[in-house]
Amino acid sequence: MIQDFFINITWLIPVFPFLAFLIIILFTQNNNKLSHSLSIGSMVLSWLVGWGVVFSAIGTPHLGEHPIQKVIPWFETGTSTFGIGFWVDPLMAAALFMVPFVCLMIFIYSVGYMGYGTDEVDPNYARFFGYIALFATGMLGLVISENLLTLFMSWEIMGLCSYLLIGFWFQKNYDDPDKITPRQAGLKAFLVTKVGDLFLMLGIIYLYSQAGTLSYADTLFNHEFLVHLAETPALPIFGGWSAASAIALLIFGGAVGKSAQFPLHIWLPDAMEGPTPVSALIHAATMVSAGVFLVARIFPLLNIVVELELHNPTMGIIAFIGAFTAIFAAIIAIGQNDIKGVLAFSTISQLGYMIAALGIGAYVAATFHLITHAFFKALLFMGSGSVIIGCHHEQDMMELGGLRKKMPKTFWTFVAGGFALSGFPIITAGFWSKDEILAHAWHEFMLEGTASWPFFVWLLLTIAAFLTAFYTARQISLTFLGKPRSHHAEHAHETPATMTTPLIILAFFALTLGFVGIPEEIVGLGNNWFHNFIGHEYAATPLSVTVMLLSSGLALGGLGLGWWVYGRKPLVQGQMDPVEKGMNKIRLGWLYKAMQNRFYFDEIYRATFIDGSVKLADILYDFDYHWVIDPIVNLVARIVRGISEFSNKFDEKVVDALVNITGLSGVKLAELGGITDLKVVDGFVNGVADVTGWIGEKVLRPIQTGKAQNYLLILLISMLAIIGIYLVY
Amino acid sequence: MSIPLNWYLVLAAALFSIGIYGVLSRRNAIGILMGIELMLNAVNINLVAFWRFMDPGRLTGQVFALFVFTVAAAEVAVGLALVIAIYRNRDTVVVEEIDLLKE
Amino acid sequence: MVPVIVFAAVSIVTLGAAVAVVTNKNILHSAFYLVLAFVGIASIYVLLEAPFIAVVQVLVYIGAIAILIVFAIMLTRRIMSKDIEQRNAQWIWSALGALILFGVLGWIVYSANWPVVQGAVPDDPIALLGQELLTTYVVPFEIASVLLLAALVGSIVIGREREQDSRSAE
Repeated sequence: MIQDFFINITWLIPVFPFLAFLIIILFTQNNNKLSHSLSIGSMVLSWLVGWGVVFSAIGTPHLGEHPIQKVIPWFETGTSTFGIGFWVDPLMAAALFMVPFVCLMIFIYSVGYMGYGTDEVDPNYARFFGYIALFATGMLGLVISENLLTLFMSWEIMGLCSYLLIGFWFQKNYDDPDKITPRQAGLKAFLVTKVGDLFLMLGIIYLYSQAGTLSYADTLFNHEFLVHLAETPALPIFGGWSAASAIALLIFGGAVGKSAQFPLHIWLPDAMEGPTPVSALIHAATMVSAGVFLVARIFPLLNIVVELELHNPTMGIIAFIGAFTAIFAAIIAIGQNDIKGVLAFSTISQLGYMIAALGIGAYVAATFHLITHAFFKALLFMGSGSVIIGCHHEQDMMELGGLRKKMPKTFWTFVAGGFALSGFPIITAGFWSKDEILAHAWHEFMLEGTASWPFFVWLLLTIAAFLTAFYTARQISLTFLGKPRSHHAEHAHETPATMTTPLIILAFFALTLGFVGIPEEIVGLGNNWFHNFIGHEYAATPLSVTVMLLSSGLALGGLGLGWWVYGRKPLVQGQMDPVEKGMNKIRLGWLYKAMQNRFYFDEIYRATFIDGSVKLADILYDFDYHWVIDPIVNLVARIVRGISEFSNKFDEKVVDALVNITGLSGVKLAELGGITDLKVVDGFVNGVADVTGWIGEKVLRPIQTGKAQNYLLILLISMLAIIGIYLVY
Repeated sequence: MSIPLNWYLVLAAALFSIGIYGVLSRRNAIGILMGIELMLNAVNINLVAFWRFMDPGRLTGQVFALFVFTVAAAEVAVGLALVIAIYRNRDTVVVEEIDLLKE
Repeated sequence: MVPVIVFAAVSIVTLGAAVAVVTNKNILHSAFYLVLAFVGIASIYVLLEAPFIAVVQVLVYIGAIAILIVFAIMLTRRIMSKDIEQRNAQWIWSALGALILFGVLGWIVYSANWPVVQGAVPDDPIALLGQELLTTYVVPFEIASVLLLAALVGSIVIGREREQDSRSAE
């Protein structure tokens, strides 16, 4: 009974924060206390209902085979009806376990971070809580969506919120013109993710054209349709692919944008310009998870092609992009000095893990890592935010140090999060989830041999695991160990309880959440509960002792090496990074510089796409104004004007001269020469100038009148022209 | 029923074209609004005529004609308020002098 | 035969009035011609056996909209004078465009094959209309009411004389 009750009110989950958003934006902008109470209160309700649904879902037998769908018709277009509703299945339950809870922690933390009750309270404090409530609406709506249309709408709500929140401190300017401002960062995030969204939309349209509906029940969870789709050849531009692969690849394009995968990863590091709770929200609980969630959602599309043993390049592409992103971002993270910058690249890298896991078919492992990562990454971001507040907005790790004693709660929770990120054996959640991904890759590559892409995926991910442990140890050592390296770090203080309490709660989950998914081969712990719940239709990843020992060794080794380099002899003020020094010594200084500069991707994109667009616009402008259109017009005008001037002067001067020539032939002849020169030649020269000016004044300016009626007339004429073309052909 | 549907449609088309001419050629903002009213009326004639000749049993056409009335009333109220506000600020209702788009 | 004659007469009056609306030099006369055109259109509705719409046309268009327009003209009285040119520079092109548009629309009307059905108007159309409005079309109906409210508030806000404006005028 209670289960039915919770499942029937699932639709309320995104409604609570949305109402909070509306009330805050419309009515309570001036009341900070009421605004944050509303925001947090709505999130508490969402969380309670959400966990009610999660535990009801867990208590429902055979949920995997029979997902619960509740839908009401929304609107009709032609013959198809779009519904709006919710969908309860294990994947949704797993995401719903994580999203509202982590959001709630972040909301509570924001009270402290945005300076409630202090002199430094943010001037737009109330609006901030409105925006994050809307953000939570988007993510929760996406999680419970019943079809791809409402999913896409929620997806775009998040896109809008990311713009609003990353650019939240929009007044901020920096002295250094090359440093990106929050305003620009918000725009960049919005535009770059839009590139991905375009592919997502194309994918959804393609799916709709094949299915005539977008609901999960009729598309992704309809086996007959999936088989039909897999056997349909795709559009010619995809070569000989099956339509299922083509659609999956297009939808994956959306995930590349949102989950910041190579080559659309560039927005995420700059998104750190937003307030730190926003970073935690975007980079842990919501936006980037949405991309992975989406790929997990469409996993049946990928799986069906494997089942039917058809040619399926999509999974290879997904696996490769994920694995490459994982190692690529991990390398960059080592060269970052901004405490949030390291975490940003670490997020990109961990998302790469999940994407790669989906690409090799490790659906359960990817979901598992998605959930655990959300907890420990939110913890790390909020820990770094606590450091930033404690040290008066100092973010450069080279200026920090020695905070262990001054901020003990932050330190210990940060260590818990960092160890979970590195995969510290047995006692952290990250170990179990990451190990499952690596074990699956190992398993695949054992089946297919070293010449296959699972081998590369496994190799890249394993190296990335080591690098992850290394940069985590570097970050912890630089921030918390040794002696303070600046005035700010010297006077650091522990942050208020609204900030540290969420850290402690999240730290608990970061350490223990992994136990739900321990492989069943480990004696005494029963079966792999998480796997049975999420993906019992997929074969469980067999336990591999080799992999487990290897990844434990890598995690410990990475952490140990990091400590040995950075923690054993703490850096003093102004000292060069030991890794940079070492790399300079073996003539790899250029590589370190490239790492620091994120492998120059921003510069490359600027030089190609941005400058390219500007160039193209210039060329079109020149084409119009200098090369073709205008010169032709000018030439015609010039010729006409020249002829008329010439005949005019000719008439005047020559005929007159003929009359006068009898009397004053000698003198007049000489004068005629002078006048001809003056009038004809000069006239011609002036004529050119006049015509050019005339064209500008009479032709080009009047077109741009700024008068609505002119534009309307042009609109009418264009419309008639289009109708004419349509009627003629 | 001795008048065919086409006659009504042509009448509506003529009204619509006259309205468009008014919108495009009037210098006076209120004149433009009157042109828009003519265009809306032309649409309404079409709606009612189609209702009468294609689906007289249900009243969809009439319902939509009513909605057009509503929209027209709202549009005229806001439009005239704008005209008066502009007149007060700039002392003119000649649209050519209101070329803020260019400035 | 009688309906045809009525239709022809009404059409001629309506179109003539409409032409006068867009061409008359005196904007106030234009407004009065607009009233005449509205009356003609109301008669067309009667011919189409939609008396309710005809009544609404008279009430809303003549009773409200036309009166509002006349008021607005009187409030902005400087432009009532006849000496001011009422056509803009592009009027000739506009006329040409409108003529071509009429040609295209007429051609479409005559070349299309309209699926005309014969049928009688329901016995009590007004009751049916009310039912439709409050059942099938209840959402658009509510939205329309919100739109009207928004227009009401909006036009008051826009048209209201601001305090500082009137003070500076003094």
